[in-house]
Amino acid sequence: MFVELNNLLNTTPDRAEQGKLTLLCDAKTDGSFLVHHFLSFYLKANCKVCFVALIQSFSHYSIVGQKLGVSLTMARERGQLVFLEGLKSAVDVVFQAQKEPHPLQFLREANAGNLKPLFEFVREALKPVDSGEARWTYPVLLVDDLSVLLSLGMGAVAVLDFIHYCRATVCWELKASILYLMQGNMVVLVHDSGDAEDEENDILLNGLSHQSHLILRAEGLATGFCRDVHGQLRILWRRPSQPAVHRDQSFTYQYKIQDKSVSFFAKGMSPAVL
Amino acid sequence: MAAVATCGSVAASTGSAVATASKSNVTSFQRRGPRASVTNDSGPRLVSIAGTRPSVRNGQLLVSTGLPALDQLLGGGLAVGTVLLIEEDKYNIYSPLLFKYFLAEGIVNGHTLLVASAKEDPANILQELPAPLLDDKCKKEFDEDVYNHKTPESNIKMKIAWRYQLLPKMEQIGPVSSSRFGHYYDASKRMPQELIEASNWHGFFLPEKISSTLKVEPCSLTPGYTKLLQFIQNIIYEEGFDGSNPQKKQRNILRIGIQNLGSPLWGDDICCAENGGNSHSLTKFLYVLRGLLRTSLSACIITMPTHLIQNKAIIARVTTLSDVVVGLESFIGSERETNPLYKDYHGLIHIRQIPRLNNLICDESDVKDLAFKLKRKLFTIECITKLRSYDLRRQRYFLSRHLQRKFSIKKNPYFKKPHTLKKIY
Repeated sequence: MFVELNNLLNTTPDRAEQGKLTLLCDAKTDGSFLVHHFLSFYLKANCKVCFVALIQSFSHYSIVGQKLGVSLTMARERGQLVFLEGLKSAVDVVFQAQKEPHPLQFLREANAGNLKPLFEFVREALKPVDSGEARWTYPVLLVDDLSVLLSLGMGAVAVLDFIHYCRATVCWELKASILYLMQGNMVVLVHDSGDAEDEENDILLNGLSHQSHLILRAEGLATGFCRDVHGQLRILWRRPSQPAVHRDQSFTYQYKIQDKSVSFFAKGMSPAVL
Repeated sequence: MAAVATCGSVAASTGSAVATASKSNVTSFQRRGPRASVTNDSGPRLVSIAGTRPSVRNGQLLVSTGLPALDQLLGGGLAVGTVLLIEEDKYNIYSPLLFKYFLAEGIVNGHTLLVASAKEDPANILQELPAPLLDDKCKKEFDEDVYNHKTPESNIKMKIAWRYQLLPKMEQIGPVSSSRFGHYYDASKRMPQELIEASNWHGFFLPEKISSTLKVEPCSLTPGYTKLLQFIQNIIYEEGFDGSNPQKKQRNILRIGIQNLGSPLWGDDICCAENGGNSHSLTKFLYVLRGLLRTSLSACIITMPTHLIQNKAIIARVTTLSDVVVGLESFIGSERETNPLYKDYHGLIHIRQIPRLNNLICDESDVKDLAFKLKRKLFTIECITKLRSYDLRRQRYFLSRHLQRKFSIKKNPYFKKPHTLKKIY
């Protein structure tokens, strides 16, 4: 969790908003530091997190998490974190015949239509446990990243359907015995291919942009590589359900990633330049 | 080295227990080894394998790519468990060289090789590997260069080359006795036959394998890719690279080399048609391959003719799915051949992507204009711009003494004078 980013987003782990979809987008740079931020943020906020990690292994997130002050192994052991490691599961699915449906079942099929098994996995993971007392505050689904699903043969529409189903389940969920809304959050990462003319990716990105409440867009600098400023972060707050009577708020900051934190500053105000 | 060993044993003891957010230097030496052996391993975790070294940034296990210059640009070497993707140059002249350097490094260090190709028989590829340069011969070569080039600009060039020279010698880390990290190869000589025969290698030649009836799991990849994946998985499992065989005390690295992946010879049509039927085959293959590599002690080099791929979106996806991406652009046949700026070089080398493994940042080099040349049987990579940007606070960038005297540049940090390029350009 980066304290400066919390200040910019005006949130703390104690009083974060619920029922929100956050879209992380990166163009010409690597936006994975945002994923690490949100993972540690929600683990510190005592939420039940389901992390679908399709692009890196568990040890990568765990080691970075230790730098940010959370222990993923401990969270997994006490049931706070449900981790789906895409790379390892893909090897299991492709080389061994599975008896029950596996979340990544679509890798075995030539024309898989939908991501239903993956959705079932997420729903099972974030199901509220009827244990009487609420251990965790609210459920959170994190996906890193959705563009990989396009590379693995799913269409953009199938991925959008998956997100829609997940949102219906995670963001609005009714507990059967006690009727109170346990609204959860979702955070997804999508790559912006820019001028690579990836139509499916553009469809996915536009579709998600219209649905999300908060968009964090990490871009590389237009002038190229710089050692002191690693990129630019655009923050956009939206209200997708209400008509756009008033404008959406948008801020732009530049950032530099350090070993354990990220420092943000206004455009042109990098400490190296001043 | 004792400090490294103790860090390793501390990391092992805290592996399964509660890992508190302790000092980063203790946990950073956790070698990212196979998951299966984390709790079973009773011996010291940091068993040193020949030809590898831990990264200075995060203790990641690194292997050499065969080119010490490229190792330095990648932040010390290629991490074990990652994929190095080489985007081939237009006429496929220099990318096979990088491929062969990688394999030759494996033979010199005693690693196991897995060579896959659809065009050439792997046995022939191994016969054509370059010969390693021994220490005293190498030193003599560069002493000659110092005598031949007396001009100051070339002294700067020599400085860069010397920096690359010095690096592997200084990095000699303890228990691995005879092998150092990163060797130099003579592209005009062949690897001695006895070294090739003494090595352990496996070959995958597609025309042979495609006709044999291996048990094929249903998968939506093209048959060539499916067979290759199964072959790789068999080797990893049978030889214990994924830690599934705890009896094997002596661990080794598997170096996988796949040539011309994505070309029509593999049965893939992404180089022929823009929206072919198998447009996801290659990306699925890369994904599953990366999954295999992450759970085993192996490193992979893939050369891919990306200039032939019709659909640009696939190139972007392939780049995201690989860890290190290096592009080669040779000057042969292009208008740059006659450009006086490039007259000493054979092509440009672009480091397109470096992974951020176990870290928020990566060791990106500041120098982006890199060119390579095949000079005197050696493949060198050099920075092409002689003048770097002026930085107020850091030390001065290098100008030769000759230029400093000629233009009498004052050491005044507040006086920003734009420096002109030298006259030959």
